Amino acid sequence: MRRRYRPPFIPSSEITDEKLWRDRRRIIRAAGIAGLGVAAGGLATLAGAFSGRPPGKGKGNAGAGSEALEPTPWKYITHYNNFYELGTSKSEPAENAHYLKTRPWSLSVSGECEKPGILDIDELLRLFPAEERIYRFRCVEAWAMVVPWNGFPLSDLLKRFQPTSRAKYVEFRTLYDPERMPGQKRRVLDWPYVEGLRMDEAMHPLTLVATGLYGKELPAQNGAPLRLVVPWKYGFKSIKSIVSIRFTEKQPRNTWNRMAPDEYGFYANVNPDVPHPRWSQKRERVLGTGIFAEKRPTLPFNGYADEVAQLYAGMDLRKYF
Amino acid sequence: MWRRAYKPAIFLLCLLPLAQMLWQLSSGALQPNPVEALLHGTGDWTLRLLLVTLAVTPLKRLTGWRRPVLWRRMLGLFSFFYAVLHFLVWLALDRELLWSQILEDLTKRPFVMVGFAAWLILLALAVTSNLWSMRRLGANWKRLHRLVYAAALLGVLHYWWLVKADVREPLIYLAVYAGLMALRLPWPPGGTVMSPWRRSL
Ligand code: HEM
Repeated sequence: MRRRYRPPFIPSSEITDEKLWRDRRRIIRAAGIAGLGVAAGGLATLAGAFSGRPPGKGKGNAGAGSEALEPTPWKYITHYNNFYELGTSKSEPAENAHYLKTRPWSLSVSGECEKPGILDIDELLRLFPAEERIYRFRCVEAWAMVVPWNGFPLSDLLKRFQPTSRAKYVEFRTLYDPERMPGQKRRVLDWPYVEGLRMDEAMHPLTLVATGLYGKELPAQNGAPLRLVVPWKYGFKSIKSIVSIRFTEKQPRNTWNRMAPDEYGFYANVNPDVPHPRWSQKRERVLGTGIFAEKRPTLPFNGYADEVAQLYAGMDLRKYF
Repeated sequence: MWRRAYKPAIFLLCLLPLAQMLWQLSSGALQPNPVEALLHGTGDWTLRLLLVTLAVTPLKRLTGWRRPVLWRRMLGLFSFFYAVLHFLVWLALDRELLWSQILEDLTKRPFVMVGFAAWLILLALAVTSNLWSMRRLGANWKRLHRLVYAAALLGVLHYWWLVKADVREPLIYLAVYAGLMALRLPWPPGGTVMSPWRRSL
């Protein structure tokens, strides 16, 4: 008999309600702004990026506005999802979330590294304490939100396995288990979902492994128990419910790129100047606003150009879209 | 007789999807992306009502029930009504009346071009759906209105091209369309089945 997973009991007094969370944010933000005044220039930009402030200044960021990012409500972040493993509509992932049991769960790390291995999820959560990162999130479908993630830098995890000099890329895979992921019973995509990053993208301090949302455990529909978050790329790069990481010499073929190579590239950096064949990427709809709310201009690299644009210096971003 | 209530009842029935969308809009049920929800809702009902309109003739052939012929024009006009809403939602809320983008979509994106072609056909049919046009156009009226088959097919194609990966729904519409077209083929050879209902309109 398989042992059934029993979720740990969390007294309701320990679950942060959203309003309380927001009040707390306001205090932290005030403190953060005071702190920024002291911090050195380069560091401040990075800190700003982490706390969700649009990094201002840069020419490409005109129109970003200097307002602090207001997180999208929990209800919307968790009920408007693209997660085909749990259904292809926006609402199905939340409805089917109960199928995705996240224990037992382990992460295997292999490929071009000195110390390949398997990590149990609870061990992993213990080894890498989560911090909060408020990031913009931009879907390739031209909608956007702001997400208060909890997680840790991917680089911390990767370093533990000591990638060798032959590790040029990192390949990620989602769980394949049609019982826990009923969407996999039909071949809508070529399961399991695969994504990849270049090594320098993977090691970038903005690249996050998310394990929580709004200070709570990550809901299944958002990619529990652990997912990638690469805030300057379209959402499909931020692969969910990861079970395997492999260091590779060759560029991995990501799932959507295999599906439609002219529509979805490997890099998938947010770029207002490269349209999807079926829609423009110039503007984006902010989720949760009214029907008469204006869309806003899409920012190059989703507003993180100051931090990441140099990773692509000299590359033709129209060709490597 | 109750039969006189059929047509007004169907009129109200055709307004229900709109009423539901407006209700959901005001209650917040279309959040977090109400524009997308309205665009999809109006697109769905344009295509559904177009297929319902195309079901009238096969229904008559199969069952001999001819009364729905009296509602066919109204059904077609309702399909056009939702098409107009669909187009307006797209123009004003989705494309935000940004004409350079609208032009780009209409000239570069095949799924939009196909939808627009279907829309223009529906417009032409709606404009000529009155008695005066029927008289003026004579035999050409029938030829013109056969374009409805093309409009429905273009609508299905439009849907097929816009989905990202899961083509289940467009496939269902395609199957319904194909079925309705097949039922128009001369069958059985030598004439249609004479249903006992036929005489009682
Ligand atoms: C002016 C012409 C039209 C334009 C510009 C247009 C545009 C669009 C757009 C932008 C979408 C949403 C695409 C997406 O979210 O990816 C859509 C969806 C749709 N449209 Fe149209 N459309 C037009 C005419 C029509 C017509 C005439 C029909 C039916 C015969 C139709 C049926 C649909 C359907 C069924 C959907 C999908 C709804 C869903 O996903 O549930 N459209 N259309």
